[in-house]
Amino acid sequence: MRGKHAMRSTVRKTPAGSAKARLMFAFKKDTDTRKAYLAGREYYSEEGTTFELRLVQKIKQQQSADPTSRPGYPSSLGVREFIRRATEVALGKSSRAVVEDRVLGVQTPGFTAAVRLGAELLRHWYAVRTVWCGPVYLSSPCDDSLAGIFQAAGIQDIREYYYWDYKRRGICLEKLLEDLTKAPEQSVVVLSASAHYPTGAALSQNQWAQIANVIMRRRLFPFFLLPPQALCYGDLEQGVWPVRYCASQGMELLCAQSFSHCFGLYGEAVGHLLCVLKQKSLLFPMESQADRIVRLLWAQPSAGGACVVATVLGNPAHLVEWKEEVKRIVERCMLIREILRERLRLLGTPGCWDHLTQQGGLYCFTGLNGEQVDFLSKKRHVYLLPDGCLNVSAINSRNLDNIVESIHLALTTSD
Amino acid sequence: PLISWWGGVQMGPPDPILGVTEAFKRDTNPKKMNLGVGAYRDDHGKPFVLSCVRKAEELITAKHMDKEYLPIGGLGDFSKCCAQLALGADSEVLKSSRNITVQTISGTGSLRIGANFLARFHGGPRDVYLPKPSWGNHTPIFRDAGMQLKAYRYYDPSTCGFDFKGALDDISKIPEQSVIMLHACAHNPTGVDPKPEQWKEISDLVKKRNLLVFFDMAYQGFASGDIDRDAWAVRYFIEQGHNILLSQSFAKNMGLYGERVGGFTVVCNDTEEAKRVESQLKILIRPIYSNPPMNGARIAATILNTPDLRSLWLEEVHFMANRIIKMREQLVAGLKKEGSSHNWQHVIDQIGMFCFTGLKPEQVERLTKEFSVYMTKDGRISMAGVTSANVGYLAHGIHAVTK
Repeated sequence: MRGKHAMRSTVRKTPAGSAKARLMFAFKKDTDTRKAYLAGREYYSEEGTTFELRLVQKIKQQQSADPTSRPGYPSSLGVREFIRRATEVALGKSSRAVVEDRVLGVQTPGFTAAVRLGAELLRHWYAVRTVWCGPVYLSSPCDDSLAGIFQAAGIQDIREYYYWDYKRRGICLEKLLEDLTKAPEQSVVVLSASAHYPTGAALSQNQWAQIANVIMRRRLFPFFLLPPQALCYGDLEQGVWPVRYCASQGMELLCAQSFSHCFGLYGEAVGHLLCVLKQKSLLFPMESQADRIVRLLWAQPSAGGACVVATVLGNPAHLVEWKEEVKRIVERCMLIREILRERLRLLGTPGCWDHLTQQGGLYCFTGLNGEQVDFLSKKRHVYLLPDGCLNVSAINSRNLDNIVESIHLALTTSD
Repeated sequence: PLISWWGGVQMGPPDPILGVTEAFKRDTNPKKMNLGVGAYRDDHGKPFVLSCVRKAEELITAKHMDKEYLPIGGLGDFSKCCAQLALGADSEVLKSSRNITVQTISGTGSLRIGANFLARFHGGPRDVYLPKPSWGNHTPIFRDAGMQLKAYRYYDPSTCGFDFKGALDDISKIPEQSVIMLHACAHNPTGVDPKPEQWKEISDLVKKRNLLVFFDMAYQGFASGDIDRDAWAVRYFIEQGHNILLSQSFAKNMGLYGERVGGFTVVCNDTEEAKRVESQLKILIRPIYSNPPMNGARIAATILNTPDLRSLWLEEVHFMANRIIKMREQLVAGLKKEGSSHNWQHVIDQIGMFCFTGLKPEQVERLTKEFSVYMTKDGRISMAGVTSANVGYLAHGIHAVTK
């Protein structure tokens, strides 16, 4: 005898499954030996696998053999040393906000969780005395999970600001500023601090200064996304410049950070939410509210990965070693972009491919349209995301030829 | 602008248990005892790393496994053995694959997913019935997810035991299709568990009322020292035809507190239903944390799936539970020795990490002020904080404030 759940009819239909899942499914079923999956989120080495940084491995071994380490619940806000380092790495040690003790840092189980926590804080406490409901402005395009995070936190009013110009294959600052200027006061604007996902585009310091100006003038609230810090320029400071700039201007901001990519710690869910406040007196209330929200979602973040990151960032020798490994990752990505652009040029592939090297980081907006992307996966066994975004690190010496040829065919074959 | 966006943020209510720990830290009495927090301590009062965990970590490091994001539902190996641990290897549910189990961020994460799932898909009343009392975090988790909380009688302060009649009485009045939360074993905070015959009657009544059962099992193995015995109620209910929801945590029984390892299970009618539920759970999980942390789940899966490590773990869990049981016995013996005339049998009868002593708030205050024994106002003590070195002192203090 089976018990019956009183299920509402919404469970009857299975949603089709995300585009990503379908893509992965098709890739797995594909038997062609030349198949290449370029739609992953992680950094892939030349051997085609994700890997742990040597330094990270070393530290983990040390930590697991450490007889003095004891288990226990970390505080709900996370490992203190990690929070300190994560804050430092974003704002800099000498940041006025840090020195004046008006920065709230919370360790979260991953990047998504950091965004979610920020969204929850905004939802509950942003505007004085009223429960603020939006709007939140996301770049067009953006990571397709972002809207869902804000909505799950109860913010339904999600809008877009102009970002990527598909024709020019670059950011259109003019239209971006226009959209921000028209946004209602107290809107939240979500900005990628460095290499944008999925376009890989980045703004110059000058452009950032202009954006910051509009944000201040229009009383908007900046929420920065910093998933692959250091992976854009190979330099921790450069990738985080806009966050530091805004903080130095006395602005309040939120910043979601992830340490997955630059430490190869994907599965360990090491995230951080930074909240820069105007006054020190706000720190305790904000902390207690963050604590309250965290206890309803995951209670405490996981300790392991955060301790590794804290160890690396807190030790000058480790830091140097880590920066070396990251630099190699970044240089390889830049090299791949160069090679890709050059090979397409040599083949005479139509279009201008300069944007490949103008963008930075792991992801690259090729500019291919849906049909062409489809052609690539179905006819050439090369898998890109439907919007034409690809992960440059997944390209290596073994699949480069096929990929270049395939892109060329996609643009020259008329169906 | 000079005004902050966050000017209206109020200070949140202080956490009662944290308050106990803070006060404990400030106390300079060398004999002080912290009996507030529910984390296991060994007989020297130190946190305890299980050797099976260390060994599992070594195995994992040596294997140089891939570093990738886990899927939304977590590590497949882990989900499988997590379900097996709770339901039993020969469970008909597992054989017919009519359960969906996802890895979650320990018990809290599991309860939150369950609460969100109910809020979105449960066709019955919005009310979740908790035992009175229940774990403090149950209420805010369910409420924040959009459910409403009600209670059924559970703890009888006059006996410091289970209010069986009261529970049956209240449960019989719960509107059909409501959700009822049951602690599978080692009830938190009272340590009072129903006996098997009582569980049987509860199951019958719940079936008659057509209620949806949500089991919270955070202490499997920790209660009696035997993982199968502790899971008995869960398995019995399933056998009786309840399609339950289940939250599991590996924080205590594997000492994986900081690694945040847990599972959430929905027992469905068939595989097809399980697949549909799975897809919806993923949709719920995605905007909270996308995918769960891998490390702890890997450790747990390695332990459960490696025969040597599994036996070692069972031994260690048995050892931890036994130490608690011994402390209970020693405390009662100590109280007798002090000359206490009260009946302290409930200290031995209660199960798991916590003990509802029956002390009144004034007595608790005296115990704290005069003896530096820190506990929560409701008279709850964490037996894990008791050692053979301080159990005599504790007995002395309790006797002093209750004579």
